[in-house]
Amino acid sequence: MNTASHQTDLKPHAAGADTSVLSGAEVLLRVLAEQGVEVIFGYPGGAVLPIYDAIFRQDAIRHVLVRHEQAAVHAAEAYARSTGKVGVVLVTSGPGATNTVTGLLDAMLDSIPVVCFSGQVGVPLIGTDAFQEADTTGITRPATKYNYLIRRAEDVAPCVHEAFHIARSGRPGPVLVDLPKNLMVGPAPYSDAPRAPHPSYRPQTEPGRDVIARAVAAMKGARRPLFYTGGGIINAGPEASAALRKLVEKTGFPCTSTLMGLGSMPAGDRRFLGMLGMHGTYEANMATHGCDVLIALGSRFDDRVTGRLDAFSPGSFKIHADIDPSQINKIVQVDVGIVGDARRVIEMMLEEWECTPANTRQPIDMAQWWHQINEWRKTDSLGFVQDRAPGAIIRPQYAIRRLHELAIATGRDTYVSTEVGQHQMWAAQHFGFDKPNRWLTSGGLGTMGYGLPAAVGAQIAHPDALVIDIAGEASTLMNIQELSTIAQYRLPVKVFILNNQYMGMVRQWQELLHESRYSESYSAALPDFVKLAESFHGKGLRATCMGELDGVIAEMLAHPGPVVADICVAQDENCYPMIPSGAAHNQMLLGPGQDDEISAEGRMLV
Amino acid sequence: MTTQQESPVSAVISIQVENESGALARVIGLFSGRGYNIESLTVAAVDESRHQSRINIVTTATPHVLGQIRAQVERLVPVYRVAVMTGREPHVAREMALVKVIASGERRADALRIAQAFRAHPVDASATSFVFELTGASDKLDAFIDLMRPLGLAEVSRTGIAAIARGAAIL
Repeated sequence: MNTASHQTDLKPHAAGADTSVLSGAEVLLRVLAEQGVEVIFGYPGGAVLPIYDAIFRQDAIRHVLVRHEQAAVHAAEAYARSTGKVGVVLVTSGPGATNTVTGLLDAMLDSIPVVCFSGQVGVPLIGTDAFQEADTTGITRPATKYNYLIRRAEDVAPCVHEAFHIARSGRPGPVLVDLPKNLMVGPAPYSDAPRAPHPSYRPQTEPGRDVIARAVAAMKGARRPLFYTGGGIINAGPEASAALRKLVEKTGFPCTSTLMGLGSMPAGDRRFLGMLGMHGTYEANMATHGCDVLIALGSRFDDRVTGRLDAFSPGSFKIHADIDPSQINKIVQVDVGIVGDARRVIEMMLEEWECTPANTRQPIDMAQWWHQINEWRKTDSLGFVQDRAPGAIIRPQYAIRRLHELAIATGRDTYVSTEVGQHQMWAAQHFGFDKPNRWLTSGGLGTMGYGLPAAVGAQIAHPDALVIDIAGEASTLMNIQELSTIAQYRLPVKVFILNNQYMGMVRQWQELLHESRYSESYSAALPDFVKLAESFHGKGLRATCMGELDGVIAEMLAHPGPVVADICVAQDENCYPMIPSGAAHNQMLLGPGQDDEISAEGRMLV
Repeated sequence: MTTQQESPVSAVISIQVENESGALARVIGLFSGRGYNIESLTVAAVDESRHQSRINIVTTATPHVLGQIRAQVERLVPVYRVAVMTGREPHVAREMALVKVIASGERRADALRIAQAFRAHPVDASATSFVFELTGASDKLDAFIDLMRPLGLAEVSRTGIAAIARGAAIL
């Protein structure tokens, strides 16, 4: 098949004919500037030398040098997630490109707009196993929303413009553009963003009135309704979260959120039930199980949310709004499917709610429902036991609660990234988020090593904000080299390590499923994190008992530069509540001592 | 209500795509990556002026999975439209086969006679062999190939199915 061909008005320039002729690399940077790009996260190499030379000779776009290409993508993801802009990555060919794969897939599963530029060997060398050659578009095809291998100089400008359009529109996602070196060196024509981008790409963002009306009719008749919101609300911009708060207020419905949707509702709102799913609150999961109308907004019935599928929210009338039509009826058959941008869906639901009489079907009497929910709340499923004696062992949940309280006390805008595992779930449970775009975590792919580079991206985007990576000692070692990036750019990132000397979630599952045979999950031979921080020109702190915790957190928050705080926490703490794999929402484990109920079927699940 | 158990049906998935590098790889990568089956596959440019190609994939899946295939394929950037044609949607599906038979004497005469009955045309002949060209529904091709087996069937090349809806409906 042919290469993508796009008509451009500009005639090809003859090389060196006049000084206004731009090289491919210069065209690339001009398009980036047109697209509003301010920061590139990248790492140079042979195939992208012409692009790095063009970067050197301009100052409109800032380049942030990471220490590993995977980290460049995570940094760009966090930059995108925390600003609403597209994150941009630049890496070299071969290993540079293959190192981005994890990050790209991470962005794919969490619907984060990222454009990744990878160098490629010159067009004449493609397919010859040249030095640092990789079939980058082949390797990244299932890890991206779309990708390009540019083969002609006149395709550079239109394809790069289009890449941004595809990354940010519809369901956002990562787009990779593979740039052969000779096209970056040679002349290329500049062209503006094409008025009609990719002819076959037409995402639907405006929901249909009729389905909104059907959804609202069901909502009006609900006695036990529940909003179940997800990352789609965050992706739809802060206006979507504002609209959601209004909708929750107007309807008086309870609301639960997925991991990716945290912050769209204020954590302390009386109508917010906390996170649902595997480590969600008792009240959120019981409400999901017992509701009669479930309104899923920008969420996708992930297996971490649904638990045992045939027992998921049995008997409820299900409404599902998503910008991606393929999500509707994918896992759970729904009664009303709405395709559209979350903000527009919520705004139209609000309009419809206002103009429909309250008693179209039956009078809403939700007092009983709220009474039931408040009964569930009394379970205090996030509760834990903390010995307050100064010499007592720190419980990780308590450490996060104190971190949250002391961070609030600073009055600073706070962004939290996490790695993946127990600490991530505890952060989701105990660090209350009141605003969208402040919570940066790897939900879909579950990428250990996400948090530290994500903190880099967030701090670059928000230089004056408080940026904390709530980490585990195992995860954070996966991208620990980024302490060097943090040092280079003097980023005041706070790395808050909940150090239990185990891959805690692995250890927890081994305890629950494999009779406590802790196969390879002990974090042996750990570095001294205090000295590690110091060797990367940062401040290292350690708290080993309750008496030291507040002092360490306060010192960390007060320090103007980067800090690694090694918080030595209880080794045997498990993350509860928990829906064991293969179980239903009303079969939660609320604490230790209920661990012997996991079915043989459940053991097969991830 | 969750995914219900349904029995699998055979279907032709017809996909109108932008004729661009990697479009076919995206489609078939989606099939293998998501565990969908491909029984046959055809692809060719059908509209040069608008840079469009058509991919036809024969698969067997439950109606729920067929719905998923359609939705997943439709969201690929270079895909314009997708049609899922099962026995319920009236459509024409045709395939061509080139069948090489190596035979002499009585078996050679038999092969030629059966070929005539099937309207298979000999497009190549040598003293010891024929190549027959046969177009039709896949089961007709199957039947012909089965009949050639005892008569010296040596090699078969099939195109896979091209399909289109009956009547005025278009993709």
